[in-house]
Amino acid sequence: MTSSTPEVRKRLGELKAETINMAHGSGGKAMRDLIEDVFLRSFDNPQLMPMEDQASLALAPLLASGDRLAFTTDSYVVDPIFFNGADIGKLAVCGTVNDLAVGGAIPLFLTCGIIIEEGFPVADLRRIAASMKAAADQAGVKIVTGDTKVVDRGAADKVFINTAGIGVIPQAYQISSYSAKPGDVVIINGAIGDHGAAIVGARGDLAIENNIQSDCQPLNGLIQELLRQCPDVHCMRDATRGGAASVLNEFAINSNVCIKIDESKIPVRPEVRGMCEILGLDPLYLANEGKVIAILPEASAESALKAMRMHESGRESEVIGRVIAAPQATVILRTTFGGERIVDMLVGDQLPRIC
Amino acid sequence: MKYVDEFRDPALAKRLVEEINKLVLEIDFAKERPIQLMEFCGGHTHTIFRYGIEQLLPKCIELVHGPGCPVCVLPMGRVDDCVALAERKEVIFTTFGDAMRVPGSKKSLLQAKADGADVRMVYSPLDALQLAHKNKEREVIFFALGFETTMPSTALTVLQAEEDGLENFSLFCNHITTVPTIKAILDSPGMQLDGFVAPGHVSMVVGEQPFHFVAERYKKPIVITGFEPLDILQSIWLLIKQIAEKRCVVENQYARVVQKSGNSPGLDAIARVFELREYFEWRGLGSIDHSGVKIRDDYARFDAERKFPIPNIKIADPKSCQCGEVLKGVIKPWQCKVFGTQCTPETPMGALMVSSEGACAAYYNFGNLPELMAMKKKTEKEEAVL
Repeated sequence: MTSSTPEVRKRLGELKAETINMAHGSGGKAMRDLIEDVFLRSFDNPQLMPMEDQASLALAPLLASGDRLAFTTDSYVVDPIFFNGADIGKLAVCGTVNDLAVGGAIPLFLTCGIIIEEGFPVADLRRIAASMKAAADQAGVKIVTGDTKVVDRGAADKVFINTAGIGVIPQAYQISSYSAKPGDVVIINGAIGDHGAAIVGARGDLAIENNIQSDCQPLNGLIQELLRQCPDVHCMRDATRGGAASVLNEFAINSNVCIKIDESKIPVRPEVRGMCEILGLDPLYLANEGKVIAILPEASAESALKAMRMHESGRESEVIGRVIAAPQATVILRTTFGGERIVDMLVGDQLPRIC
Repeated sequence: MKYVDEFRDPALAKRLVEEINKLVLEIDFAKERPIQLMEFCGGHTHTIFRYGIEQLLPKCIELVHGPGCPVCVLPMGRVDDCVALAERKEVIFTTFGDAMRVPGSKKSLLQAKADGADVRMVYSPLDALQLAHKNKEREVIFFALGFETTMPSTALTVLQAEEDGLENFSLFCNHITTVPTIKAILDSPGMQLDGFVAPGHVSMVVGEQPFHFVAERYKKPIVITGFEPLDILQSIWLLIKQIAEKRCVVENQYARVVQKSGNSPGLDAIARVFELREYFEWRGLGSIDHSGVKIRDDYARFDAERKFPIPNIKIADPKSCQCGEVLKGVIKPWQCKVFGTQCTPETPMGALMVSSEGACAAYYNFGNLPELMAMKKKTEKEEAVL
């Protein structure tokens, strides 16, 4: 607690139970103990501590850093909740931070709405809260308000998290999926498919074991480096559900252009490729949680790539393709074999509940 | 990646294409009409589209995408039977993922699941067997599907279930056979195929011998083929070479996997558990003699068709659907009346739109859709004028 925090509560409540029960969502003392001991203790920041019904955020510093607010929300239902490289908590922070960052925003504040199934272990909840705090620190954001609900066994699966986020967009950036122009290049910050592959491995129901780590990470640091070098990025999105293929299709459709990518340039880890070969999956459609695809003018390509590769989250950045005029609203892949094919939007699920 | 990239080498592909380009010049009829080669197997269709093989070939070679996608040829009535089984309270219905979205007359398995049926996706019949062990109070039904490729694993699973003394495991058997179907295609009127890319994985089980009749009786060249892009290009080269030299024999391009006599333990397991059905219904092709198998009487207690009542109602294919003509190579997928309009991967009417191995879905997903739709419109206008 910082000195600016009103001294409303001297001591935080303690949660002694080992599993969550319906009382922890009832609005009484049990709920207060849960919120204070697990969430307040972990998230610890001056906006959250007073425990008002809303966080109160000063406007002046926001106005100083940009001319627009970015505001987004996402719900996280990943199964399993713990997997190689991350967990549902880290995912819930990074996912929302990244949705803000790809619009050029500097992410600042998050909310945390959590729905817990009765019987959920308190130790797991503490682990998730700690992981959210670590990810928030890494991204430089604060979790300033939240909500906790407990539902009957079977009414939810273990734990679901919703986070909403606010960031400020500096005046210089005008990023939109409608802005790709013929002649632009397409850049990605590293290997695709790691998150989807890690989830398959963690589920273990396909009798396939792997050690692939989810790429779940906050991208705002990398993106701010990129934008400093190349403020005129035209389009930018993080390639989560639906994978790189879906994001590229969104750009091609919204900007009414053709995006032509080169399979041999797209980074894919050998273990991810191997798993895809065995299961008949296409890495282009596998989920990522720490990959950004940017479309920018060719003249800036080299400096953008250099800036991205200097950053820890962008060491394996590559130019994977370019934008041409026709055929409009189409993504074409030049295969390693020398042929060409259309990369369409995914119909249905490759894998359910990956984020 | 070792052992995979070697079969996707673009330099080798270029050389093969050059050789094919030279060879077609020696084939006289190619000046009058296209050389039509059919790849029977859906796995081949998938590779052809995934790697863009068709565009590498000279224009005079036309690839006809055959009926070898077991999900695609499943008739609507059988899907209804699946749904009826899956909706029984005591049943856990297990299936390969591909089959989830196949439309029945009322709903797909995916919809049945949403409506409360316990439908689970498995990657192997042994996963279903595990489920049966873990859920003794429930009946676990495995939706057995596929050509000879998947038959041995299903047969061995039944034998394992017998050994384990399981009483809560059964099959809904929809296994189909390759050879009678190729014969039916060869016998169909208006057939103009010049050669066959034969299924590699089926051949791995059944061997080379069952395909001899194609060369001997029907005088068509046939090459057993692997599933990597270079495998397919090499087989096309072998077929074109046979056509140019006016030969027709069975050749085995996939010798690294396929033995002449097939896989005898696999064939033994099939023979122990299954016997030929008198006939089996195919979506788009109708009823074909001896084209399916059923469980032998000795293993009747593992047969869901005998254990439970099933509706077993024959549902006619939608009239506007032209899956049959596409399957036989009479028309291209985009020439079908409903392609891309009423029939899309989101709302498949015909079976070929359902699975990624289906020819229509492949054209829809990997082809240049705006161009295809323009061609379709043009043909429709011409037909209207006539």
